[in-house]
Amino acid sequence: MTVEQEIGRPRRRKEDARLLTGRTRWTDNLSRAGMLHVMFLRSPMAHARITRVDVSGARELPGVVAAFSGQDFAAEQGSLPCAWPVSEDIVIPDHPPMAVSEVRYVGEAVACVVATDRYRAADALEAIDVEYDPLPAVLDMTEALMDGSPKVHEAGNRAFHVKIESGDVKAAFRDAPVVIDRTYVQQRLIPSAMEPRAVLADTDGDSFTMWSATQIPHILRVMLAVVTGIPEHKIRVIAPDVGGGFGSKLQVTAEEVLCLLLARKLGRPVKWTESRSEGNLTVHHGRDQIQHIRLAADADGRLRGLQVDLLADMGAYLMLVTPGIPMLGASMFNGIYKMDAYEFGCTGVFTTKMPTDAYRGAGRPEATFAIERVMDELAAELRMDPVEVRRRNWIRHDEFPYTTISGLTYDSGNYEAATDRALALFGYDKLRAEQADRRDRGDPVQLGIGVSTYTEMCGLAPSRMLGEARYAAGGWEHASVRMLPTGKVEVVTGTSPHGQGHVTAWSQIVADALGVPFEDVTVLHGDTAIAHKGMDTYGSRSLAVGAIAVVKACDKVREKARKLAAHLLECSPDDLEFEGGAFQVRGTDQRRTIQELAYASFTAHDVPDGVEARLDSDATFDPENYSFPHGTHLCAAEVDTETGMVRIRSYVAVDDVGTVVNPLIVEGQVHGGIAQGIAQALFEEAVYDAEGNLLTTTMADYLLPSAADLPDFQLDRTESPATSNPLGVKGVGETGTIASTPAVVNAVVDALRPRGIHDIQMPCTPERVWRSLEGERR
Amino acid sequence: MPRITVTVDGIAYEEDVEPRLLLVHLLREKLGKTGTPVGCDTSNCGACTVMLDGASVKSCSVLAVQADGCDVVTIEGLGVNGSMHPMQRAFHEEHALQCGYCTPGMVMAAIDLLRDDPEPSEEAIRQGLEGNLCRCTGYCNIVKAVRRGAQEMGRTVSAP
Repeated sequence: MTVEQEIGRPRRRKEDARLLTGRTRWTDNLSRAGMLHVMFLRSPMAHARITRVDVSGARELPGVVAAFSGQDFAAEQGSLPCAWPVSEDIVIPDHPPMAVSEVRYVGEAVACVVATDRYRAADALEAIDVEYDPLPAVLDMTEALMDGSPKVHEAGNRAFHVKIESGDVKAAFRDAPVVIDRTYVQQRLIPSAMEPRAVLADTDGDSFTMWSATQIPHILRVMLAVVTGIPEHKIRVIAPDVGGGFGSKLQVTAEEVLCLLLARKLGRPVKWTESRSEGNLTVHHGRDQIQHIRLAADADGRLRGLQVDLLADMGAYLMLVTPGIPMLGASMFNGIYKMDAYEFGCTGVFTTKMPTDAYRGAGRPEATFAIERVMDELAAELRMDPVEVRRRNWIRHDEFPYTTISGLTYDSGNYEAATDRALALFGYDKLRAEQADRRDRGDPVQLGIGVSTYTEMCGLAPSRMLGEARYAAGGWEHASVRMLPTGKVEVVTGTSPHGQGHVTAWSQIVADALGVPFEDVTVLHGDTAIAHKGMDTYGSRSLAVGAIAVVKACDKVREKARKLAAHLLECSPDDLEFEGGAFQVRGTDQRRTIQELAYASFTAHDVPDGVEARLDSDATFDPENYSFPHGTHLCAAEVDTETGMVRIRSYVAVDDVGTVVNPLIVEGQVHGGIAQGIAQALFEEAVYDAEGNLLTTTMADYLLPSAADLPDFQLDRTESPATSNPLGVKGVGETGTIASTPAVVNAVVDALRPRGIHDIQMPCTPERVWRSLEGERR
Repeated sequence: MPRITVTVDGIAYEEDVEPRLLLVHLLREKLGKTGTPVGCDTSNCGACTVMLDGASVKSCSVLAVQADGCDVVTIEGLGVNGSMHPMQRAFHEEHALQCGYCTPGMVMAAIDLLRDDPEPSEEAIRQGLEGNLCRCTGYCNIVKAVRRGAQEMGRTVSAP
């Protein structure tokens, strides 16, 4: 019997029907008998001492059940955790979920109201009286590090400094024919998942249940226990339907801790749902680095060495993985290129702004931007084609596995193949000819071509490597596969999808592994009482780590089934071959299907002595290496030199994400990733004013691109399977975002380079482009 | 409190509401119609889009009292007899949703767009959906889905 292979099929998603018909389980949809609504009063000051908080006025209002200040939580609220102390000398300040004596960013919670509905709660916030004694805001990283700067925390504004050196950097730069020296600013971004955060906490007096719009129910459970002292086994965390995350829901938030404490204080279910404006202020931000890059090369374009010196804005506190974000880029600045020496330094800086943390790509987009931008600068300096300068330096396909100058071993890839395919699809030579023509004609609309040949490390992560990097947890993932008596399959995964389609993709993988129909597989996730072990979803890890745990569990199911089949068929297990979902005695028609064996293990009437009567199996998978997707993205941008307007005319992405389980899902991830990367290049920026007020608190001020702002993207793939896992998969969640930002900015700069412009600060808004041109015209 | 009568997804309701209550909160918190989500507080994102007397509105920008005497259709009321509306099916076929949070509003806005332009070009679709934000899909598959949905709906209308 031949069964069509599921891996590689563009299966439509099992998740969709519910989401398309409104039968959703967003946290804010959930309701419990007697449920109360929480709202937080937030600091309007970037930095101040709290001299008085009076909540009594709020308590008297109709519908208000309780109101509390930070002082009311002081004895029990603990400190929000930072799980990534990246250096010995790191300063991890106390981070009370509700500020007690000092506020350090606009939006920090200083009081809360619990009321019978959200309108009453909002009314009551107005009746709370808070007095502040202002302290100086600290906003600029460079100034923050100067002697005499006002301090965010008593211990000073430097959170940590890390330096990594590989090879002889001095020698690489000594007498180098070309040195490119640039400073790039990674602007601060707001992740903007479409679902605002929401938390519902309930208690029966003994144990607690929390529903939260989180990417990390498992990590959250551990951390809630650590922070509050409530025993871990008394806490259940459920991530119901979660409307996107992009890293922003990879966090242990003040609101989660406070809702848990409120449920304990009041003995009633409490729910908090943020407004978008509240979210822009208080969902952790992303990026925000000043990158000083120096690249040394020979006259023929061969790279000699790279020096990177970063200032990374931590914001006011170190949250779950805040200091680890720039460190995730530490090994990626060298990109896909060979060089003799590399030096990386990073200083984490405290400012009186919302803390930064993971945002799609987390450290790797920043690194990729820097190297891909500076490679274009090198090409321009040498009057070479930017593709050619890359070609001269990248790791050739016959050189894998290759250990890079920063110490990572890239297991597989084919940069030549992806680039050649991308150039052909893009029509590179023709566009270059058009560009030359427009330049010659002095066309007011100039054409720019941007290239980005990226790689990333994903599939977070080998636990041993995380330990070496001082991360507090492992990077394994867990799965269980249960064979139900009727032959259906229930998969429990430790990953926690919020749009990625794990239910569909895992079903495809299990269908192939066990020879069962795709429709017969269900996938459970996101509830610590159901999925008892897990490390959750971030860092493009779910397929490359989580799905491999599923594969390993299926392997065990098959081995148990083989023993049972051999017993029932009275043969040796070695005489059985497994195909099409059945074990068959070689050379005979004697067979047992996996469904028959599941039933036989359920009745257990005839199970051999000493064999457990179940096929169900668990597995934990810990990868031996990261995975390294790569690809070549090309962007053609028209830049109107009279208005500064940038229009993306065409965009080609050829990605190599290893084996593809579901091409529809992969393409969707790439589309969305590219859009977010373009958004950083052209649209988005979190802006604080000189007093530390966030000016971009709404979607009217913080510009997410709409359908009208983006072009269609032309995609293709090459396939170099990963060698670090049995499926050969690499992960695809972050590739588009990592690749596209430099491709777009390279295109914008390329269009204007004959005008003497060699950089434009992101986002390249019409005003910024126009001002750059004005500067040159003067 | 003013009393309003409003029909939502074919069912008539009579409710006493505060004058300041938003239509989306009436739907979600009083009527249990949680299929319509809230994505922002400045009417930029469009996640809460519903049909009010046949035209799409952002239900966060309409007061419940303004819907007095009106007919509201939400994402929950689009399908007929348990089968999905052609636009919902098109979104499924074209993988036009990932997390699904913007989807109810996106589907409603897409249907509304076709009232004026039953065979929209890619450009018209992109312009027509400008008021609905999606953070997952990059809009490529949404555009494809709207085109497919338009074809399916055209077929349904012109079928004998």
